[in-house]
Amino acid sequence: MTFWLLLTVNSVTFGGLLFLLSAGFSLIFGLMRIPNLTHGSMFMVGAYLGTTFFSGALGFTLNFWVAAIVTAFEVAVLGALMERLLLRRLAGQQLAQVLVTLGVSFMVADLCLMAWGGDPISVETPPGLGGFIRVGTAAAPLYRLAIIAIAVVFAVALWLMLERTRLGAMIRAGVDDPQMARVVGIRVSQLFTIVFGLGAALAGFAGVIGAPILSVYPGLDQDMLPLALVVVILGGTGSLLGSFVGSIIVGFIYNFGQALVPELAYFILFLPMVLVLVLRPQGLFGGQVL
Amino acid sequence: MTALAVQGLSKSFGGLRVTANVNLKVEPGERRLIIGPNGAGKTTLFNLITGELPPDAGSIQLFDRDITKVASRKRAHLGMARTYQIITLFTGDTILRNATLALLGLSPLRWNPWVALHRQQHLVDEARAALKRVGLDHIADRPLAETSYGEKRRVEIAMALAQNPKVLLLDEPFAGLSIDERRDVRQLLTSIPRDVTIVMIEHDMDTALDLADRITLLHFGEVIVEGTRAEVVADPRTREVYLGE
Amino acid sequence: MIARGIAIAIAILALIAVPYAITEAYYVNIASQILLYAIFALGLNILVGYAGLVSLGHAGLFGVASYAVASLLVLGYGHTVAILAALAIGLLFTAGFAALALRATGISFIMITLALGEILWGLAYRWISLTNGDNGVNVATRPMPFGIALTSAPAFYDMTLIVFVVAVAATAIFVRSPFGAALAGTRDQPRRMNALGFHVWMIRFGAFMFSGLLTAVAGILYVYYNRFISPQTLALPASAEALLMVISGGAGTLLGPIVGAALVVVIKNVVSAYVVRWNFMLGAIFVAIVVFMPEGLVPGLARLSRSAWRAMSGPKKVLPAAEPKP
Repeated sequence: MTFWLLLTVNSVTFGGLLFLLSAGFSLIFGLMRIPNLTHGSMFMVGAYLGTTFFSGALGFTLNFWVAAIVTAFEVAVLGALMERLLLRRLAGQQLAQVLVTLGVSFMVADLCLMAWGGDPISVETPPGLGGFIRVGTAAAPLYRLAIIAIAVVFAVALWLMLERTRLGAMIRAGVDDPQMARVVGIRVSQLFTIVFGLGAALAGFAGVIGAPILSVYPGLDQDMLPLALVVVILGGTGSLLGSFVGSIIVGFIYNFGQALVPELAYFILFLPMVLVLVLRPQGLFGGQVL
Repeated sequence: MTALAVQGLSKSFGGLRVTANVNLKVEPGERRLIIGPNGAGKTTLFNLITGELPPDAGSIQLFDRDITKVASRKRAHLGMARTYQIITLFTGDTILRNATLALLGLSPLRWNPWVALHRQQHLVDEARAALKRVGLDHIADRPLAETSYGEKRRVEIAMALAQNPKVLLLDEPFAGLSIDERRDVRQLLTSIPRDVTIVMIEHDMDTALDLADRITLLHFGEVIVEGTRAEVVADPRTREVYLGE
Repeated sequence: MIARGIAIAIAILALIAVPYAITEAYYVNIASQILLYAIFALGLNILVGYAGLVSLGHAGLFGVASYAVASLLVLGYGHTVAILAALAIGLLFTAGFAALALRATGISFIMITLALGEILWGLAYRWISLTNGDNGVNVATRPMPFGIALTSAPAFYDMTLIVFVVAVAATAIFVRSPFGAALAGTRDQPRRMNALGFHVWMIRFGAFMFSGLLTAVAGILYVYYNRFISPQTLALPASAEALLMVISGGAGTLLGPIVGAALVVVIKNVVSAYVVRWNFMLGAIFVAIVVFMPEGLVPGLARLSRSAWRAMSGPKKVLPAAEPKP
């Protein structure tokens, strides 16, 4: 019983992390019409940068949460720079942009390897959240529940941003109809940079807070990117609700899959994605038809 | 037997009705002109007839044969050919290659992956002949990218004619042409023999009006007026449609 | 025409001479690698360059053929059976890929092929009872066609060269055929092709199968070359490398993928021994090509040499001014 409860908690936690990762991916895909193949790299870079702040290698240690926020900011800058310097040059050429993100993802992966070495880095849960909460006879790790809470908070915040702010309205307009958005005076190329930076920030932040659970290792980007891809395809590009639901679904499939049918874990993860792409390209919740 | 007939053809996009219950009967050898203001649904009607767009309701017959459910690529084999409003030619190739491709579409040779295309003399000769019909054989080996807009339009028509169609659908064949180019295309169209039925969408009434035997006026996807040139011109509804904009 | 024939003859002679001119086995092996990856790149180019469909999952098809050979050999079958079965299995998987991926074009196509490649990689990695997972599968012996041993580097090179020449010839014939022309047509104007009576989906499917055939052949050569296959060969970086070979050399040309394969293999093997890490270089070259020379090296250098030639062939003709400026 505890096994199933833990598996469920882990699935929802993982879903929460995936949401933070995929929300940005989904917005970028919806707005710029490209799958950002550096998104896994942003997650990994965030995780690595975060660990540097806790390790004291810089001569000081930051509080876990402060480090997460600072890292998110740094990764946002990296993302925005890439968009501005590379992607914008190829405006309108989606294929070229996808290939550029692919190339950059390889560069980032190797840079991380050079900077932090090949050994996995484990990160301790932040102080105060290392314990367990008793649920009846079972115990659930407090930190995982904290992540779920954070993901929910972010989900609400993002939703409010999209629905209630001017920026959000512009993003939604851009997702629905970029031509029209330009015509009514929305600075679409600036919007691209902002959304790209925001997506990178979320991914980087997720990387840091995910580190105590997933640890940080070379190849983390290759592990996370396909998951973001599956979430967004299932949920629909440009759809926040889709990302949320998709993340939970994928969180469950991934964790239960790993536990129950490890040999076919990847297969059962990707098969729904392929089926959705083939049968219902706009995802479960509408969004862009690709 | 009618060459092309359409009954109750309708198509909507979301809430927008683009083609509304259109009926059409074109006799063999007829020259039919379809006119109407922008957004009247003329090109959509063509797309429905060629099968590139599936209708929501209605039926289409080609020489009394129901083709409503026939795949669009098969309609070419049944004798239907069309040109497009926007140039959709193969800009990376020569004019001759463009014409050859048009002929290849109807030839079983198109499935052959081992012979060399440029050595299929009969096909190449036919392509040159098709270009000669439109007066372009002297520049057959020129890359399409180095031709004028008017020449490109003539290549479009040549490709459609190369298919030896029974029904030819021309979507704004005069669009964007200079006076001289218009004259050339006019001449070309009048020289097409009457065993080809022509249905033409056109905006430029001056050039197109006297090419037509009968005219159909579309507005908001509906047929408003239909008849001979004199009838349509005299009809008060025609004036309403165009001046009421 | 004659000039082209002579150039080809010279090229073939030069290729035949390689194992005699270069005696070090290491470099002869690199040459073998270039040839087999060139076949892979030619296969991928059928889709990318001629069909206009970019696949990021082709390493999966490459690796499936490799695993088929290795597994059948381990099960005790002979080389002939293993090779024929690998070709059949490769084509079967290709048909499956095509049936799913051809529902889409453009970005969707890339994502479906990416996902399919990942599925195959995931199966190779996780289905340990079938594939031995990360430990990979060893291939103990190479085939002995007509009793000739292929264990030495030059002997393997010679066989690879024969397969390479056949593959290039087959591709050249394909590209110049009516079917090849139709395929290029579907890349440039699919709507127009449909209206002209071509069966666009079927043409793409046929191209995919030919691409899969070449890819399977390359995968079979690879596993005999390397005498080992592991899941890494099917991973996304491997598909990306193949794509890099195609686009760096020039998609949609015959020579491009061959040049691209040579470039990527040489940089990977020879240069990376001295310089930074390979993945970084792969990524950097990718970005550089896409941003600065998207048409690829072969057309790009041709363009540059044409303008250099023009610049060198004498003073520019200056158009007379219409009117002298006041």
